[in-house]
Amino acid sequence: MILSKGRRAYQLVINFLLMLTTLIMVLPLLLLFISSITDENTLVANGYSYFPEQLSLTAYRYILTNAASILRAYGITVMVTAIGTVGNLLLVSLMAFPLSIRELPGRKFVSFYVFFTMLFSGGLVPSYIMWTTTFGIKNSIWAYILPNFLLSAFNIILVRTFFQTSIPNDIYEAAKIDGAGYFMIYWKIVLPLGKPILVTIGLFSGLSYWNDWTNGLYYITDSKMLSIQALLNRMIQDIQALAANSTANSGALMQIPQVSIRMAIAFVAILPILIIYPFLQKYFASGIMLGAVKG
Amino acid sequence: MKKAKMQRFRQFIPLYVMLLPGVIYLFINNYIPMAGIVVAFKKYNVNDGIFASPFAGLANFEYLFSTNDAAVIIRNTLLYNVAFILINNIIGIALAIMISDVLSKKLRKLYQSAVLLPFLISIVVVSYIVFAFLSHENGMFNNSILPLFGMDTVQWYNDTTWWPLILVITNCWKGVGYGTLIFIAGIAGIDKSFYEAAELDGAGKWQQIWRITIPCLIPSIITLLLMSIGRIFYSDFGLFYQVPQNSGSLYPVTNTIDTYVYRALIAAGGIGRSSAAGLFQSIVGFTLVMVSNGVVRKLSVDNAIF
Repeated sequence: MILSKGRRAYQLVINFLLMLTTLIMVLPLLLLFISSITDENTLVANGYSYFPEQLSLTAYRYILTNAASILRAYGITVMVTAIGTVGNLLLVSLMAFPLSIRELPGRKFVSFYVFFTMLFSGGLVPSYIMWTTTFGIKNSIWAYILPNFLLSAFNIILVRTFFQTSIPNDIYEAAKIDGAGYFMIYWKIVLPLGKPILVTIGLFSGLSYWNDWTNGLYYITDSKMLSIQALLNRMIQDIQALAANSTANSGALMQIPQVSIRMAIAFVAILPILIIYPFLQKYFASGIMLGAVKG
Repeated sequence: MKKAKMQRFRQFIPLYVMLLPGVIYLFINNYIPMAGIVVAFKKYNVNDGIFASPFAGLANFEYLFSTNDAAVIIRNTLLYNVAFILINNIIGIALAIMISDVLSKKLRKLYQSAVLLPFLISIVVVSYIVFAFLSHENGMFNNSILPLFGMDTVQWYNDTTWWPLILVITNCWKGVGYGTLIFIAGIAGIDKSFYEAAELDGAGKWQQIWRITIPCLIPSIITLLLMSIGRIFYSDFGLFYQVPQNSGSLYPVTNTIDTYVYRALIAAGGIGRSSAAGLFQSIVGFTLVMVSNGVVRKLSVDNAIF
């Protein structure tokens, strides 16, 4: 393609501006990484910097050898994300499928019941009182899974719309003639055909479980039950939270590299996202664009 | 006749069973707390629970509005949201237009991935990144950048001056990719023949943007605006609590309704004003969603959310 002079100039300008934007988006993350591999003494002397004098892996070595609390927190986050995401997908799809069947009596009422939760909320105080007193989830793994994130009305509407528009009704009719019940249809037809939307929803659900720190803040006081985000949150105020849990009670207790380890833990917390992002980029993008085409 | 109806109903029983877990979850997670808002009118004590605690009338609200706090948190919540909406939408539209115009498919993908990346990162980690720049002792600004220009160091976490700017920048960095992607989807839906015709008429790039692209984006812009206006009484708790590291001297410029509700909740005897602020937020928020949606419905039914 031959471009006119004006067009070539335009391409140059926008590519320059977008390269700049790309740097602005990525460089702060790079600072996090470089800080995590900077020698502690260099950090204390010169501060966080893109061009440290001395590199060192001490912070990561500390994580691996001395801080069982970090590994446990990581384990809790992984478990919560796995259980939460599977639960979320199950609840969302189980709800979206019946709501996509037009002749189901009471469908309108249930749809409104779902939708209304998007308009009005009781807020933090009643939720907090209910979860802690009636259900007693404080300091349990359920504190991360149950409040707020297990099911969202927005996702139900998104998935229902997808089922309605992309799965032809004739398939259900044919299956029914073959003697399949609704559970069979859900399992054998709806789930496989709904895979694109379910992958997207699952990804975002997993992301919100992985990134959530609020439930940890509200409901967790026991330092043994901290997730990685909750641990990071606590460490901002008190780096000693790490040492308090250190299992290394042998004499060879390592000095905590206080300045670099914050950044190392933060980097470890986003590492899985950075790793999967290039492969799943299109699902993240399509998920957001789906939301744009309103529920 | 009745029998046939029963038969028809029976056929749907499996579907109702499927609905049950979700209905129960929403009942517990969303509807019980809605009933629990009466706590705002009560003198809550733990032993009696929400419903058996004695009524206190409007005492909690009087207490909330008797201090300066209410005005500050409402002002902060509203002003920050207005700034966020304006800046994120303008930059988002500009980025989307540019990204859509990039000829190289590979670069287009790279740019798109880059702007979305911060959106996926937890706000706690974002606060660590901000800390790496602003920390008094070890931050990059105080150690490298400010000395380079011969400027004095700043006690960032004690000095309110820069926080409105810091929060707007942080929020834009983290959130702009979301809107950008929505606008890219909007631009992809515009009929290419509009541009071809405009080109034949000798319209330049600038004119095409103002006369074709932006008018065609109006529906997406309205939908996004509508969603943000409905949420204008809510703030990103993490951004305002976590990024300023809950620093007390910054409260005048970082305290919003959501941070206030949380801090009051954990403060001794604060549950009354906390729930009052929360209920106030829910009711105003609900009203705003209904009104803004109603207005859009009047203008164009297609753009209304419901």
